[in-house]
Amino acid sequence: MSAPQLYGLVLTGGRSRRMQRDKAGLEYAGKSQLARAMELLSPLVARCFVSVRHDQIHDPQRAAYDTITDIKPNLGPIGGIHAALRSYPDHAWLILACDLPFLDRTTLQHLIAHRASTRIATAYRSSFDAQPEPLCAIFEPRSLPIIEQSLAQAQQCPRALLSRSDVELLELPNARALDNINTGEEYAAAIAALGAASVDAPPPAPTPSSMPVSPATLRRLRVRYFAVLREQAGRSTEELETQASTPRELYEELRRRRGLTLSPEFLRVAVNDEFGDWRSLLADGDTVVFLPPVAGG
Amino acid sequence: MNRFSLHETTLQPEQLRKELQNPGCGGYAAFEGWVRDFNDGRTVLRLEYESFAPLAVREGERILAEARERFGVERTRCAHRVGPLAVGELAVWVGVSAAHRGEAFDACRYIIDEVKHRVPIWKKEYYQDGDSGWVNCERCAGAALQAHEPDLHHDHARGSG
Repeated sequence: MSAPQLYGLVLTGGRSRRMQRDKAGLEYAGKSQLARAMELLSPLVARCFVSVRHDQIHDPQRAAYDTITDIKPNLGPIGGIHAALRSYPDHAWLILACDLPFLDRTTLQHLIAHRASTRIATAYRSSFDAQPEPLCAIFEPRSLPIIEQSLAQAQQCPRALLSRSDVELLELPNARALDNINTGEEYAAAIAALGAASVDAPPPAPTPSSMPVSPATLRRLRVRYFAVLREQAGRSTEELETQASTPRELYEELRRRRGLTLSPEFLRVAVNDEFGDWRSLLADGDTVVFLPPVAGG
Repeated sequence: MNRFSLHETTLQPEQLRKELQNPGCGGYAAFEGWVRDFNDGRTVLRLEYESFAPLAVREGERILAEARERFGVERTRCAHRVGPLAVGELAVWVGVSAAHRGEAFDACRYIIDEVKHRVPIWKKEYYQDGDSGWVNCERCAGAALQAHEPDLHHDHARGSG
């Protein structure tokens, strides 16, 4: 039984809430993220498409490529994956987010070379939290019913879907390859790391509501500790002023200061009483909780 | 009706069960989790549960809503103890009522499995040898990364229910 032929889909995302601009147009070394992703992926797959929403069909940047339009609106990345599998149900899909400035050809080739077509998907294990990375992964045709079942249950997180499915998980050949870009700060850092920013297309000034906080800005945050972390920190709560801009940076700071032994890959994070993202930008006054592995029941 | 609650005092299954009664239901399934006197080869004397209450209730109620949606059951209820517990005590109670028994059993199983993996509740066991430890956490130190087991990834790495 031969493996289904591989197509490629580049997700260009919606409007970036945190960047306040279209991520597809961000430039590195004079190329838009979208053009760069298409250039990397196209030679490795039989056909390569750009995922678009209905309102992006006529966007010239995207219309330069073959496109697949979301079938169901407002679902985020899983809507694009779903539309691709529904449009060409006999093909496997290499799904790629366009906001991965460190992504290299080796990472894609390694993924394809180690593809397990008898499983639901082949994905990399995040070098940060050890969970599957859905946005540089191969989805086999057999993933379609699982995605549809998930959508029927209003579950739209592709990571959660992969985490509970039969997925081939690979180690990243280059640990930073899938670091993504969600804030102006991260963009600046990526530009610096890549050492080749486009001179003629710097990112426009962010709107005031999304003004990235400069690294020197102090935030006043509240941290609550539970269970093993409460015992290690020797306290249930603390308030601090910090330069940390994300939960990830905050944990590293507290880990050093409080001698916490748990590695972040075993933890989840909650911001203001709801599960949060390690890479989200914290706001002044936020309450952050690092959740050790749970053991109810 | 999907209610998840945390309790510092003894759970009352008879009371909880009444919340599930409904004329359209011909089946009721419940699960009780009890404090066991051994774990991982060690004798357990007592334990303590700690929770991050606002998120525990929110996530617990999401699980109950999922179970209702997924299995088409009528009512779901889960109550979890927090604080110190003795061996033999009732730690968690799950109940489901439905038109028929099949979906009641399935939903009950789904709820307890998801609760164990997703709800921010932690368990500290006190052992006969004087030692104590937080279940699932003791091997999560940075230095022990290579030795971790997949099922310690409490949040996402679980079966499909």
